[in-house]
Amino acid sequence: MIVSDMIASSTTRAGVPAVAFDHVSKSFGAKHVLQDVTFDVHPGEALCVLGRSGTGKSVTLKLIVSLLKPDKGKIWIEHDEITRLGEAELSRVRRKLGFLFQDAALFDSLNLYENLALPLARLTNKTPQEVDFAVDRVLRQVGLAGDRRRMPSELSGGMRKRAGLARALVLEPRILLADEPSSGLDRITASEIDELLLSQKTEHKTALIIVTHDVRGARRVGDRILVLDQGRLIANGTAAEVEHSENEVARNLVGE
Amino acid sequence: MSNVFEIAGDISVFGFRAVTDLFRRPFEGGQIRQQLAEVGSKSLPLVVASGFALGAVLTLHTRSTLVTFGATAWIPTVQALAFFLEIGPLVTGLLVAGRVGSGIGAVLSNMRATEQIDALESLSVDSFKFLVVPRIVACTLALPILTLFLDFSGLLGGFVSEYATARTSFQLYIAQSFSAFEWSNFYAPTLKTAVFGFIIGTISAFLGYTTSEGADGVGRAATRSVVISSLLIILLDVLLIKFIFFMFPESAL
Repeated sequence: MIVSDMIASSTTRAGVPAVAFDHVSKSFGAKHVLQDVTFDVHPGEALCVLGRSGTGKSVTLKLIVSLLKPDKGKIWIEHDEITRLGEAELSRVRRKLGFLFQDAALFDSLNLYENLALPLARLTNKTPQEVDFAVDRVLRQVGLAGDRRRMPSELSGGMRKRAGLARALVLEPRILLADEPSSGLDRITASEIDELLLSQKTEHKTALIIVTHDVRGARRVGDRILVLDQGRLIANGTAAEVEHSENEVARNLVGE
Repeated sequence: MSNVFEIAGDISVFGFRAVTDLFRRPFEGGQIRQQLAEVGSKSLPLVVASGFALGAVLTLHTRSTLVTFGATAWIPTVQALAFFLEIGPLVTGLLVAGRVGSGIGAVLSNMRATEQIDALESLSVDSFKFLVVPRIVACTLALPILTLFLDFSGLLGGFVSEYATARTSFQLYIAQSFSAFEWSNFYAPTLKTAVFGFIIGTISAFLGYTTSEGADGVGRAATRSVVISSLLIILLDVLLIKFIFFMFPESAL
């Protein structure tokens, strides 16, 4: 199915997809990381991407943010086909996206407040008071209101993840990408992160794409689960559908 | 060999991009000020201490030689010429390559390895302009100023040494220091350190920003930054001296 058909069919179902991959392939040298991958995600929908390590999950997220370019295929962010965009247009499209990196990727030299204020100060016309207000709002949302002056090195793993999430949310993105949001966290902290992601989806109709190894979390947060294996998409459906998939790898992954 | 030319080409393009990006909005004034403090103010104690010690030691050595010819009155002159023409620019360049170059290489490669540079890009911030350009500008601007500090602290070290040995007055020492001095002896060698600064900033930022070796690359980028910057400074010094002699024949003693 070509992407225009996909968008047309999706439009009748639930409007224009927030993100759509159309037969996307990506290789690094001789290693085929993604091969002919097609999927879409709609606003207010959470898609969890599962798969073994090195199967192209994180690359999928980096392709969406245009940190990498696909070798083949098209990637749509709402109405924009981003593989053809120049830097200025990409910058506009990226403002629709929030990205929670695996290790949060907070800026070491800036404190928590400055980490969050940086994108607001550079990309919006907000006054310093409005920036303060926006940062405080997001920090309260993730439970870090009392830590705004702390440096990233002073935060625990769970706090760093929440801080990374706060930075991803500070520009009020329509699409939130999360790379292993619960990795390295205890179950309680991982649940707290899942709760934050769920509330973002339900309260703000944000489209979520979550790369994870946490099947429990994926079942809880994800409306659909997408399974990648050796760069190929082997399953795409609800947890129940993937559990009864014909593909053994997909069944084993979700059935864990 | 072709690999060396390829890297040299990449570094040249990198440096050229930094120059052109400098004149493109946003101008990153805040970042440049911050990096100037990092490169300039924080290098100052090292530069001044080194200059003072070098000045004192050099004077002791010069005295032991000149005293046999009865030419100790020339010590301040020799000292000033040595510092302003060569020791100041070269030592400052090497000190900053060691302190700042390694820092830039390590910081940027760490930011690359921990996805902080990707995070900036994902936030629509031009990471090259935000991280690289201010560092190169700061090195280029700070080096001539740091060189002056090293030159004068060297003279001060020389004076203290002379005062301790021969009770030379400060006024006499300073007057003797600049007695054979041309204006071009001062600004041409000092300004050449701006080129050293550009080299240190560009090489270090290139090695840090473009690393793809993950956490292992952090230490490697820091070490390579110092080694390559220092080597290039020494080689370039020879070329720049020839250039200065060509442009300002009166500075060739």
